[in-house]
Amino acid sequence: MEHVRAHVLICAGTGCVSSGSKKVYAALCEKLTQKGMDKEVKVIETGCHGFCEMGPLLVVYPEGVFYVRVQENDIDDIVEEHLFKGRIVERLLYKEPVSLEKIPNYSDISFYKKQMRMVLANCGHIDPENIHEYIAVGGYEALARALGEMTPESVVDEVKKSGLRGRGGGGFSSGTKWGFTRNAAGDKKYVVCNADEGDPGAFMDRSVLEGDPHRVIEGMAVCGYAIGADEGYIYVRAEYPLAIKRLRIAIQQAEDLGLLGDNIFGSGFNFRIKIKEGAGAFVCGEETALLASIEGRRGMPRPRPPFPAVSGLWGKPTNINNVETFANVPQIITKGADWYSSIGTERSKGTKVFALTGKINHTGLAEVPMGISMREIIYDIGGGIPDGKKFKAVQIGGPSGGCLPEHLLDLPVDYDSLIEVGAMMGSGGLVVMDETTCMVDVAKFFLNFTQSESCGKCTPCREGTKRMLEILTRITDGNGRQGDIALLEDMAKNIKTTALCGLGQTAPNPVLSTIKYFRHEYEAHINDKKCPAGACTKLAVFSITDSCKGCSLCKKACPVAAISGEIKAKHTIDTIKCIKCGACMAKCPFKSIING
Amino acid sequence: MKTIEDLKRLRDKVQAQTNLRHSSGTQVIVGMGTCGIAAGAREVMSALLDEIAKRKIQNVIVRQTGCIGICSKEVLVDVVRPGEPRITYGNVTKSDIPRIVTEHIVNGCIVNDLVIGKITE
Repeated sequence: MEHVRAHVLICAGTGCVSSGSKKVYAALCEKLTQKGMDKEVKVIETGCHGFCEMGPLLVVYPEGVFYVRVQENDIDDIVEEHLFKGRIVERLLYKEPVSLEKIPNYSDISFYKKQMRMVLANCGHIDPENIHEYIAVGGYEALARALGEMTPESVVDEVKKSGLRGRGGGGFSSGTKWGFTRNAAGDKKYVVCNADEGDPGAFMDRSVLEGDPHRVIEGMAVCGYAIGADEGYIYVRAEYPLAIKRLRIAIQQAEDLGLLGDNIFGSGFNFRIKIKEGAGAFVCGEETALLASIEGRRGMPRPRPPFPAVSGLWGKPTNINNVETFANVPQIITKGADWYSSIGTERSKGTKVFALTGKINHTGLAEVPMGISMREIIYDIGGGIPDGKKFKAVQIGGPSGGCLPEHLLDLPVDYDSLIEVGAMMGSGGLVVMDETTCMVDVAKFFLNFTQSESCGKCTPCREGTKRMLEILTRITDGNGRQGDIALLEDMAKNIKTTALCGLGQTAPNPVLSTIKYFRHEYEAHINDKKCPAGACTKLAVFSITDSCKGCSLCKKACPVAAISGEIKAKHTIDTIKCIKCGACMAKCPFKSIING
Repeated sequence: MKTIEDLKRLRDKVQAQTNLRHSSGTQVIVGMGTCGIAAGAREVMSALLDEIAKRKIQNVIVRQTGCIGICSKEVLVDVVRPGEPRITYGNVTKSDIPRIVTEHIVNGCIVNDLVIGKITE
């Protein structure tokens, strides 16, 4: 046996795998073997670090040097220079976008500085396929403590006291929910983990499952003990094959060690977990539809009450929580409710993981304490808007949420403050939009999503979203009519109050919040037949200004020969022939082609 | 696993696997500049790793560093025990490694005849 002197952690989360981390892994192993260093350097595939924009990510310990965008051909340098000689490969370090300073250490990067990684603490730092690494960082101690020192009631009380609220979107008190299920009458009860993460732009649950599956399993087992359930289901979408694979490995390893199964820690408590793969319907994230899907029926919601806590899976009392909610549980048990509730705002405790996407420099996952401002998330952590463009809005909460304009960026982010301004926490997807995004188009995009995902059971959602989408489409096509905005608002109100489930009740939110904060854009589309952002192609009118030098590049780029003009003379566009593809605008070196 | 004690025992055992990523134990630093490599630093490093493995020593971090200028005394090996000055050994060969490991790293006694410098940080 040789002493392992260095660990190389390669991110094997979905983001980094798609940017090539598997090849990097293979190249590294090969090179180490070739240099005879394969015994002294251990290579570990981890889960997601959250900094997906910069992937594939690689961390070398003991120094803790953080390399970004590592490709196969960088491996020679990393092995020869760093692992052999101990010299940091500077060109692969992360460079701060503003100061251009190269930063070797993980914790000094601005993306991580303002974060508070509690749920994601192990993601990227341990091998998710090795239960020993989870145990080494204190894993399963919460389960041991709950079973050994606490009564089920005191576990429920502890979670209640911590102030933990459901991370899936609703924000209902988790402890209260556990209490309902515990007190419900029934000989058999279930714990269900909702991993049907379906919002466009949300991927935090996937990352937790991929990077730290045992944390979720432990949280579910603690819940099972608290509510008196001996069986758990994880409902995870089949589009997450890596998460499913790692969950299966994790469940198997936990069973092998006796951390799942019969008589756990000799306490008499039995708990088993099964995985149910979902086909990826958005509506199955709604709890009653999810339960129907587990039972093998069509994934459709039913009216509540009865709530699942009373009559859930196969009619038995069932506690459903989201992945991130369960992932919060172990630390509440080990560190205590008082510690947990010291983080966050008055009514929203702990941290929240946000998935940053859209027009933002640092696409990725950020975990922040509740109450941080949106500005800090977008600018300090997210690195701001790329290409020097101006911020316009951020959509929070996916298709069920709303957008926040610039003047609300300093709002402290928590469950209640977001609802007050017409958005919602949702699962925590943040889609950032810059000045080139048309807000009517954004509303249309999200409504198109919810309309396609509507299960069709109730009329307000099935018909209402379709009609609203028709109106939005005609507005962006330049056929908007007077009164369309009022009609949209009226329909939105009706759908919100009459739809059967959360999908329909929240579907109009993106429309309402864009009307609330960007009504002038709707008006410009309807009254002036113009798209202020220049994004709606059907409303575009391209023209060439006097700064045209007559280089004829646009003429060559035009696929329909709509541009005419002599060399060195101003060109013109035939707006009737023009198909508004924008190819000329992209080609013009003098920015002489404008839209509008 | 039947009891909470079993979990704690397993945790203590497996922590050795990940200690490297957050421990602050004794550091051993081998000079791996061109001069060091030419003088046999790689051999010294391998001997060091073997010795640490043989003695099952936990909480030791083996690192490398570049040339610090005193090339004539390569191979240089520095040992830093937490809270103690940094001791530099010069002209180290692989046959010196067992002494450095047992006397200094394990027992905390500096191997005086090999020392060429001391830095108090």
